[in-house]
Amino acid sequence: MHETLISLSEAGRLIVGVDPKLAEIVLLSLRVSLTAVVIACVLGLPLGAAIAVGRFPGRQALIVVLNALMGLPPVVVGLLVYLMLSRAGPLGEFGILFTPAAMVVAQTILILPIVAALSRQVIEDAWQEYRELLRSLGAGLVTSALTLLWDTRFSLVTIVLAGFGRAAAEVGAVMIVGGNIDGVTRVMTTAIALETSKGDLPLALGLGIILITLVLALNAGAYWVKEAAQRRYG
Amino acid sequence: MLPLVLDQVSFAVDGRKIIDRVSMEITEGPRTVILGSNGAGKSVLMRLCHGLFAPTSGSITWRGQGNGRKRQAMVFQRPVMLRRSALANVVYGLKLAGIAPGERELRARDVIDAVGLAGVSERPARVLSGGEQQKLALARAWALGPEVLFLDEPTANLDPGATREVETIIGQIRAGGTKIVMTTHSLGQARRLGDEILFLSQGRLVERSEADRFFRQPASTEGAAFLREELPQI
Repeated sequence: MHETLISLSEAGRLIVGVDPKLAEIVLLSLRVSLTAVVIACVLGLPLGAAIAVGRFPGRQALIVVLNALMGLPPVVVGLLVYLMLSRAGPLGEFGILFTPAAMVVAQTILILPIVAALSRQVIEDAWQEYRELLRSLGAGLVTSALTLLWDTRFSLVTIVLAGFGRAAAEVGAVMIVGGNIDGVTRVMTTAIALETSKGDLPLALGLGIILITLVLALNAGAYWVKEAAQRRYG
Repeated sequence: MLPLVLDQVSFAVDGRKIIDRVSMEITEGPRTVILGSNGAGKSVLMRLCHGLFAPTSGSITWRGQGNGRKRQAMVFQRPVMLRRSALANVVYGLKLAGIAPGERELRARDVIDAVGLAGVSERPARVLSGGEQQKLALARAWALGPEVLFLDEPTANLDPGATREVETIIGQIRAGGTKIVMTTHSLGQARRLGDEILFLSQGRLVERSEADRFFRQPASTEGAAFLREELPQI
């Protein structure tokens, strides 16, 4: 117990004093996960909207697959991306294995199904309500999809933040494709795993506190945005 | 673009006929009220006329000049409000109708004034009261300057005060030269707003009469039974 308290106070000192090593790890984590979220949204939101309003063969199968992919184990994604990016793999010539770029790729694959599947659900619910009006006003499918994306924007914020939370908190994928190289690909989760096994508890604890705070703040933000929007826009 | 001619139109869902071989003509001039009990197929018939549903068999043709699809509008029983301001809801319809950007807001403000919502034009549409929402839906349709306006039970969810206001607005729209076609199950409303009555029973058009005649002496036994039930002899 005494040990843990000492580690905790040391962790607090690292956070308050903005320890450069700790700051570097936190910033890389944010950079990688934010980039992954942006890419996943650019691809996933239009994909979700298209599946919601479109009617095409294989649609239901696609929905089932997307829903299933939400539960992808990060280590499996890491392994697959590793195989693709390793020197012998089909994308090996790019030489991005063990770089932050590879970590962005892995996390994007991990959260793309989350963004696409959940936004599909939200947009389809709105589509049920809007469909006749939009058709009556002469909106085509593309216009309808864009209108629905805009009108569900507050629910979509929650989904985007959920995606970010998942990316920032996973360890398996970035560990495999990033390699946890000090100063290059070490992020919060991989650092916590390593420092804990090394016995450097203050750094691990400090990062853990920051990670939990971040996830908590994101969820609070998502909740608040949705509540405020509900009150304001109905 | 009128008259609208329906020739042997049927509409079935899973083999169950909802509209059964309806032939009729909707002509310029008189206010047409489609009357019938719940489940008679009034709303479906109106959606077929408006083009939201395609008939299972038979044909629906606009026989007059101009593009039928563009010069008609519809207001639904439950108004569908987009998550934006009242004004923006009207502007949205004008944008889809291809009205020049500079003109949209002017036209939108005009109709919002005309339906008495100027005071709430900047408020989010979805937090307006039921009556205000239906008036806004009328404004959104009216702004398009339709030649034909379809109204599907426009006052079914409204209290007597709001019903009176909505009926007044329908009168104003009609005074501007728009053909009114509406469904209702309320005899009082049919009397107040109808010039001609199309009486539906179990998906079939059983009577088409001038309103005066229909209420004095319905030609069909179904029509007579409907009048008796609604106005029991004391």
